[in-house]
Amino acid sequence: MRLALWAAGIAVIAFLLLPVLVVVPLSFSAGSFLHYPLPGLSLRWYAAFFASDFWLPALWNSLRVGSASAALATLLGVPAAFGLWRAEFPGRRLAMAVILAPMAVPAIVVAVALLLAFGPRGLANTFAGLVAAHAMLGVPFVVVTVLASLSRFDPVLLRAAAACGADPWHGFFRVCLPRIMPGVAAGAVFAFATSLDETVVVLFLAGPGQRTLPRQMFAGLNDEISLTVMAAATLMVALSLLLLAAAAWLRRPGRD
Amino acid sequence: MKFGSRRGAILLVAPLLLSLLIGFILPIGAFLWRAVADDEVASVLPRSIRALASWRDGEVPEAAFAALAEDLREARARDLETGAGAIARAAARLNAELPGMRSLLPATARRVAQPGDDRARILASGEAWSTPAPWRAIRRAGGPVTDFRLLATLDLKHDAEGGIEQAPAESAIYRGILLRTLWISASATLFCLLLGYPLAWLIATAPRRAQPWLLGGVLLPFWTSLIVRTAAWMVLLQKEGIVNAALLGAGVVQEPLPLLLNRFAVLVAMVHILLPFMVLPVLAVVQEIDPRLPRAAASLGAGRLRIFFRVLLPLSLPGVGAGCLLVFVQALGFYVTPALLGGPNDQMLAWFIGFYANRTVDWGMAAALSVLLLGAVGAVIALYGRLVGFDKVRAA
Repeated sequence: MRLALWAAGIAVIAFLLLPVLVVVPLSFSAGSFLHYPLPGLSLRWYAAFFASDFWLPALWNSLRVGSASAALATLLGVPAAFGLWRAEFPGRRLAMAVILAPMAVPAIVVAVALLLAFGPRGLANTFAGLVAAHAMLGVPFVVVTVLASLSRFDPVLLRAAAACGADPWHGFFRVCLPRIMPGVAAGAVFAFATSLDETVVVLFLAGPGQRTLPRQMFAGLNDEISLTVMAAATLMVALSLLLLAAAAWLRRPGRD
Repeated sequence: MKFGSRRGAILLVAPLLLSLLIGFILPIGAFLWRAVADDEVASVLPRSIRALASWRDGEVPEAAFAALAEDLREARARDLETGAGAIARAAARLNAELPGMRSLLPATARRVAQPGDDRARILASGEAWSTPAPWRAIRRAGGPVTDFRLLATLDLKHDAEGGIEQAPAESAIYRGILLRTLWISASATLFCLLLGYPLAWLIATAPRRAQPWLLGGVLLPFWTSLIVRTAAWMVLLQKEGIVNAALLGAGVVQEPLPLLLNRFAVLVAMVHILLPFMVLPVLAVVQEIDPRLPRAAASLGAGRLRIFFRVLLPLSLPGVGAGCLLVFVQALGFYVTPALLGGPNDQMLAWFIGFYANRTVDWGMAAALSVLLLGAVGAVIALYGRLVGFDKVRAA
């Protein structure tokens, strides 16, 4: 019984992990075919990646769009979460539904709607438009994560701060924010990861100047797949690992 | 400003709500409005629509002929000057009401531009003008709203009398697409449940030292980009790919199997991508089950199977419900994975929305299909709220 559960579980984990792990060695192949066994090891596909003006600008742009949209989502999301946590007010449930809506609406609907709305206003094909769109998609993660942190924060501390003469701004920045910082940072990481992963909105909204890694991978996969795509995929796996480690570290037991 | 006050709280939430309103809710609302908006004909033939307002059946009023001639002359002059193509768009819209209008309207516009009696020239440009059908079409397409696109997404249309009938077989494709989308999503959910449920139990009951490793096996793919996982399956399933090589090597098959660009590839990749969304909520619920409960059941003489089916399984159901909801709702909107791994018969609703927006620039149909997709998502969420309720499960 126990053995069967282990066998089934390990098989499922293999199913989850192997496809991701299979791309990694391919990107170090000395040959140019997508199959095993590898004819030898080399870094030629990484050299191609970093020399290419198809891939390299996309990598930088992914990081730029990710950082800017995560910053914007955090800037909007943290005060909102604090407000939602601090006081009951009419329409709070509706506000929560609006904030969570970007999680439930299919990406294709968001993509086409924003293309239609941004196009006539000159925002389609711009960095600002893409950042705004990704910030909207990332904001629910910030709010949910910060709310979870706040639920473990004792509001009595704020009253104590006020009793000691701190005005509400100081109370928030000096007492509350340091305590919920891991949650805020984790929310920002989630928002960054959301932007880094996002493909559909970019496909519809981004012009030649705003290509991101997922967008280029989509184009590369539609074409003849070269091993440079595998190098790009491996870099994205490495980035995801980094983000996963950051999120795990921020939310490790014993913090916040 | 006081943080504790209601007003303070509202002021803190307001910037985000305002941004979401401007950058999310309003654009989606304006886009979805296009599903019912109907202004192509009204902007070209305003006088004709007014002249036909009180007309019901029988003889077409004389004033309508004069109004139509005047409308078309004006619109043609405007089109020639600006190249806007308004008559062509109105004709395309009218064609949805009455086949043949796509060519009849521009032809009539050319005729009435020449001197002579309006009525005679309109009738000369097409026999149909002597029948009520084209006039009825103009009145029906006169706006400001229409249901023809929403009907079209359900393979329905108006007949000449204004009733509702089945669309002709060659254009009746949308019900099939909706059913296909629901079917693929339901299959993916079922497979995720079959694979994810035992894994969640294993992680929950594994020794403390093994737990982080097992959980990591779920979280690493979970954090890996969707496009990377789709790419991985393209590599695995291609003709010379690893799966085929293994099958050939083991002598299971003689020829490489066509594993790509079909339903199988789409489903395997979707299950792979969505599986963590099943495992994590089930795990969150299963971990909270009081370990004394199965022990109590055992001390009362229940066997292992009985403990599982009567105690553990019912207690894990809220997690199963949340997992199924997350997986199914996300599956409904899948675009990238079917587009890359599927054939023409494996594309889901999202692909057709993109097709209408990008290739044919028919925002109306893109919006109508989006209403259908959002309706499906909303129905599933509402059904879940009805059957399970949202307060039972914390977001995992």
